[in-house]
Amino acid sequence: MTNAAQLITLDNGLTVYLKEIHTAPIISTWIWYRVGSRNESPGITGISHWVEHMQFKGTQDYPAGNLDREISRVGGAWNALTHMDWTTYFEILPAHLFNISLKLEADRMVNSQFLPVEVERERTVIISEREGNENQPRFLLAEAVQNAAFSQHPYKHEVIGVKEDLYAISREDLYQHYHRYYQPTNAVLSIAGDFNTRSLLQNIKEIFGDIPSGEPVRLIIPPEPAIEHEKQVHITGPGETSYLQVAYRAPSAQNPDFFALTVLDSLLTGPSSLNMFGSGGTSNKTSRLYRALVEGEVTVSCQGSLHATIDPYLYSINLTLHPDRTPEEVLFAVDQEIKRVLDSPITKTEIDRAIKQARALFAFSSENISNQAFWLGYSEMFASYDWFENYVNHLSNVTPERVLQIAQTYLDPSNRVVGIYTPEGG
Amino acid sequence: MLIIKKSIFDDPIHALPSPENTTRVQLPNGITLLSRPNFNSPTLSIKGYLNGGSLFDPEDKLGLSYLTAFGLMTGTANHDFQSLYNQIESIGASLSFSSSTLRTSFSAHCLSEDLDLILSVLADCLRTPSFPEKEFNRQKNQMLTALAIRAQDTGAMANLLFDQIVYCDHPYQHPEEGYTETVQAIQRDDLPNFYQRIYGPKDMAMAIVGAVEPQLAADAVRQYFGDWENPSQHPLPIIESKEPLANPTKKRLSIPGKYQADIVMGCLAPDRHSPDFHALRLGNNILGEFGMMGRLGQRVREAAGLAYYVYSSLSISLGPGAWEMIAGVNPENIDQTIALITDEVVNFVSHPVTEQELSDSKSFFLGRMPLMLDSNSGVAASLINIERFNLGLDYFLRYPQLVQEITREDIFEASRRYLDPERLAIAVAGP
Repeated sequence: MTNAAQLITLDNGLTVYLKEIHTAPIISTWIWYRVGSRNESPGITGISHWVEHMQFKGTQDYPAGNLDREISRVGGAWNALTHMDWTTYFEILPAHLFNISLKLEADRMVNSQFLPVEVERERTVIISEREGNENQPRFLLAEAVQNAAFSQHPYKHEVIGVKEDLYAISREDLYQHYHRYYQPTNAVLSIAGDFNTRSLLQNIKEIFGDIPSGEPVRLIIPPEPAIEHEKQVHITGPGETSYLQVAYRAPSAQNPDFFALTVLDSLLTGPSSLNMFGSGGTSNKTSRLYRALVEGEVTVSCQGSLHATIDPYLYSINLTLHPDRTPEEVLFAVDQEIKRVLDSPITKTEIDRAIKQARALFAFSSENISNQAFWLGYSEMFASYDWFENYVNHLSNVTPERVLQIAQTYLDPSNRVVGIYTPEGG
Repeated sequence: MLIIKKSIFDDPIHALPSPENTTRVQLPNGITLLSRPNFNSPTLSIKGYLNGGSLFDPEDKLGLSYLTAFGLMTGTANHDFQSLYNQIESIGASLSFSSSTLRTSFSAHCLSEDLDLILSVLADCLRTPSFPEKEFNRQKNQMLTALAIRAQDTGAMANLLFDQIVYCDHPYQHPEEGYTETVQAIQRDDLPNFYQRIYGPKDMAMAIVGAVEPQLAADAVRQYFGDWENPSQHPLPIIESKEPLANPTKKRLSIPGKYQADIVMGCLAPDRHSPDFHALRLGNNILGEFGMMGRLGQRVREAAGLAYYVYSSLSISLGPGAWEMIAGVNPENIDQTIALITDEVVNFVSHPVTEQELSDSKSFFLGRMPLMLDSNSGVAASLINIERFNLGLDYFLRYPQLVQEITREDIFEASRRYLDPERLAIAVAGP
């Protein structure tokens, strides 16, 4: 029912991944651009996300409104996501009606208009989106932590951008950003579903083949220096609840350390789901930090967060405090658990369990067509599709000694930023 | 002209759930099992429910049903908290329970080789929960923290306020999670008492979808649930009807320090069995769903640039439902947004939708049918819906006809029966 993924590069540089899956009569199409907040500098933070919004404003061939209608009329789902390293657009459509997604994506790769009136309307929409985020204490805390964790790297800023920049970015800024990054050599088209690879490839060549390659994107980002000593950021806001975010500088996705840190995270805060769509995760009640912190009534929840990124980003432990506990008590409890990893190393049995969990989650991730199309392109944004295909094997090679080494290297207090959100007047 | 691919109905691989590919088994104790095989991946989705939720909560202990469902996995006659979760998490599976107004639901996901294990844990939790005191206290604290977080959530609080307006003096006026003071009042012994009255096999439904033959699924369910009985299980009461508002009613809740306000406005909607159901679904789609959030999205987001999200939503189940228009906006734009939404509502009940809009919306509902086949959990959720509302296993075969026969006038008349711009409930929560 499922064939291996096919990789093809068109003459104009567009990378194409195709995976035939005939389990349901649908096709999931994703186009990925190597542009996100990593490609932004102070003054234009948030511009990649804003460009993503403008891509829904239409072209001459597909005026705004017609796009929605074309997709929605066939019962399709479509949306877009902007991240630190990438921006992606997807359409999930009935197989016999999916051709519209190819035409639409080829068209808006080069023909978006960025009409000034639409730019101004979208400015307030995006500021509204940011204000919705600002209502959430966790967003405010994460933004402060990110800002403190990087001195110069663009990962310093949230994807949505700082408010001042959202007021200042011009139509020309947006159009230049679009023109620079939206081109075949900077894009990956990933499609999974109920199609014939040979005929679809022909179709893709006809629709995308004539788009000019564009200027190669050259981006030089000086490496971010190490954190060197622990930093703390305190913010206050409304409410009765306190939050703690403990963020360590993490390896990039391509660094072999990433897999060992993934296993360590699984032991500390529970395994991460690989399924972007639908169910397929597991709970984290047997993880070390849950047992120590939540069962110990120090916090009411704990979650780990490790992102696969091009450059080193952050591994965060996010905690909602028990109302009777102080941030200092919680940080002490976290450190005690990390000390336990260092002093009485993890057993092979624990690692084997983590690998078994990862295998199950990997199987869940293949249950869903869109998830497979997602991984075809997503893994290309920070490594390659091999990274995903060999994910479980990479985890299987992790040893207890390696986990100990990783804990020593990355979970040192000198490599972290501690963010504390406390209620105003609390 | 609407085109539905023939294979959706005829191809055994792609077929929508139907009597030919779905097995329905009723156990003597009242449990109904729906099972549909899918061997494309070695996984299973299990979903189900028991009748009984927060509707049974005493007024002074609202949140009891929620805490009871929450407590099912804190310990059983055979396993403590860690032992229960160790069984689930060791195999990368998931199992969770939740409670709403009328139902206690469960949902599980596992590899098909683990069907027996997951059903044994599910049965253990449903049949022999012990509600240990220590775990109860911890979970109560977690819930109180969740309520403190809810009090700061403008969207959740606007919703809560809206329900208090449209369901005033009706059992649906209360949130399933209760309020801080009602949760504070709940004691550990309330949980087993509630459990004894509400939980049982009668009218319980379960769907198992994935890599298992229906016969094996049925045998396994019989093994773990076949001898479950609870003579003291209470049936669902008859749900009171609710009169619409006599006057427009607006309430505003101040949550200082926030940056954005949430607006929820709307009216009552009918029961799932209403003949207006399909007309209202299409109408709602046109008003605030189709494309980029329908007419509301076009007016408030695209034309006025006022909101990142603005949409309409129809909540229809058993008893009185709700038709809501929702937006998140800068506090300075609250009045303007309410005026624009109201204007769209006036327009909606003054003129029938256009032929084009109707055709688009029908096409949307029929076209998206195959998308639900994309996951076992999507199919399982659909089967549960079919069972709960007694729609019949041939529902998806009849569905195209049910949608196709709706006219512009059907939508117009059905909408006017419920949506009165002169008597809207308007709830706002923000700084």
